[in-house]
Amino acid sequence: MKTLVKTLLLITGLVMAACSREGGGMFGGDSGAGYDAVLPDDGGVTPESVAYFQSTIGDRVLFAVDQSTLSPEGRTLLADQADWLLQNVGYSAIVEGHADEQGTREYNLALGARRASTVREFLISRGVSAARLRSVSYGKERPIELCSDEICYRQNRRAVTVLSAGLSG
Amino acid sequence: MILLRVLTLTMIFGLANVSPVVAQNGPLRIEITEGVIEPLPIAVPSFVAEKPIARDMAENISRVIVNDLLGTGFFREIPRAAHIARVTDFDSTVRYADWKAINAEALVTGAVSISDGRLTVKFRLFDIFSGVPLGEGLQFAGPESAWRRMAHKVADAVYSRITGEGGYFDSRVAFVSEAGPKNARRKRLAIMDYDGANVQYLTDSRSIVLAPRFSPDGNRMLYTSYETGLPRIYVLDMASVKRRVLRGTAETMTFAPRFAPDGNTVVFSLSQDGNTDIYRMQVDGSDLKRLTRTPSIETAPSFSPDGRRIVFESDRSGTQQLYVMPSDGGEPVRISFGRGRYGTPVWSPRGDYIAFTKQNERRFHIGVMRTDGSEERLLTTSFLDEGPSWAPNGRVIMFTRETAGEDGTPSLYSVDISGRNLRRVETPGSASDPAWSPLLP
Repeated sequence: MKTLVKTLLLITGLVMAACSREGGGMFGGDSGAGYDAVLPDDGGVTPESVAYFQSTIGDRVLFAVDQSTLSPEGRTLLADQADWLLQNVGYSAIVEGHADEQGTREYNLALGARRASTVREFLISRGVSAARLRSVSYGKERPIELCSDEICYRQNRRAVTVLSAGLSG
Repeated sequence: MILLRVLTLTMIFGLANVSPVVAQNGPLRIEITEGVIEPLPIAVPSFVAEKPIARDMAENISRVIVNDLLGTGFFREIPRAAHIARVTDFDSTVRYADWKAINAEALVTGAVSISDGRLTVKFRLFDIFSGVPLGEGLQFAGPESAWRRMAHKVADAVYSRITGEGGYFDSRVAFVSEAGPKNARRKRLAIMDYDGANVQYLTDSRSIVLAPRFSPDGNRMLYTSYETGLPRIYVLDMASVKRRVLRGTAETMTFAPRFAPDGNTVVFSLSQDGNTDIYRMQVDGSDLKRLTRTPSIETAPSFSPDGRRIVFESDRSGTQQLYVMPSDGGEPVRISFGRGRYGTPVWSPRGDYIAFTKQNERRFHIGVMRTDGSEERLLTTSFLDEGPSWAPNGRVIMFTRETAGEDGTPSLYSVDISGRNLRRVETPGSASDPAWSPLLP
């Protein structure tokens, strides 16, 4: 982590709202991002863009309660993420693992670490260089949905692949 | 940043060689382990101000003492309006009949003087039923600014003499102060007196901070912070409020730290490639040793007070359960067998119980069990209770209770080990992850 990755998300113009409230969600700012991208219908979203990765491919996979195994849909999505990363070698990524609030704080940190690692390992198995991929767990510290019901919990049990420009140390 | 005052209160001398402490099974005795307790009626007339300048101070000190005692749930205050006798001279003879007439069973009298910014507080405790003093009078002296601590020391002595348990009022609680919505919580490390007074902040809210833990002497704290982007363990010196990352662990996630009773050994969780195990190390970063080696989650380690064993949680059986292992590693023994999941075990400072968080059927509980897992007892239930921390006397537990829903917020609560006296602890805002300090010197 010597070269702290600049949290410059290379998003053009309008879609800045895609990044987190605390200005990056990357190392150095620990917002744990994962907010849904707010994108225009078309304009400027090229296949090489971060916005395309986030919205068209999908930047996250979801998990069952207390589980860290990938669903078939999750594997399909991550295969597309891997392809994108292989084609866009200027990016590295941090996989953020998250848990819902039904669990103790420290266990959920460990569970989020499992989820992040599962995704990272999958991407590596698809050919992405391990050096481009790091992982971090936020446990239950950064939910994206706020209610205390399964409809929210299922969105919170996630691993989000957060891109950054440049290679990580 | 406010420095934490490290002060030494001097206990000067026993005031008089009056009669010996009432026998163990004397009338003025509260057994904390009993299930139902009729609060003991106690009278605490305002302490005598030995100089007019000390009048407000005498009153404030009396109030803190009363609040401490009432907060235990073991005492009921006899209102001053009902008092017959007026205590205007600390050394005057106690008129037991006047106190008996209003059904007081215990009486605390005291006096306060201030001289050159130095405060002196003395007190006596009387067993009204037996008509004798309970223990010797005591005197505390210290800087005027330490008046609350002196009040707590008096209350600790009163509590201790009547219950036979150690006191816990002269202690502090570190916690995580929380603000903002659930999806962007701002967290700061804070510390306060056990009763919520004198809140001070130890970090800013730029990074998520979690789960502070005191060193056995209370002079240092371990906690987890996302300062570098990864959760990592920090050591905070309480006097200087300077922090440093715990050395000796590479660029990996480390969390759930706790000191060993020796104050030099640290035990914690380290996540490597998604697998979380327990490690130990010296606080200077030397002698890193891995204590568990499984593909399951091992976390939340806590030492026994003799330093020989570690209780922790593991999901090696498929769900979170509690295990005890020798403190240098070795074969763990499972101790939790009830329904549901068990986590965050904390060994009592007295060594007799382990407190834990239990999840069952979508409810959370704080509970205690014997160190072999027997006599499990659930003390609380709510949408989300977690993270017990023991009072220095091992008879009261503080924990986090979080409410449900979009506006859900955490608060600190305390409960005693019989499940009685559940109380919310006042904090300036939302608060979580309490860590109770040892008794102050």
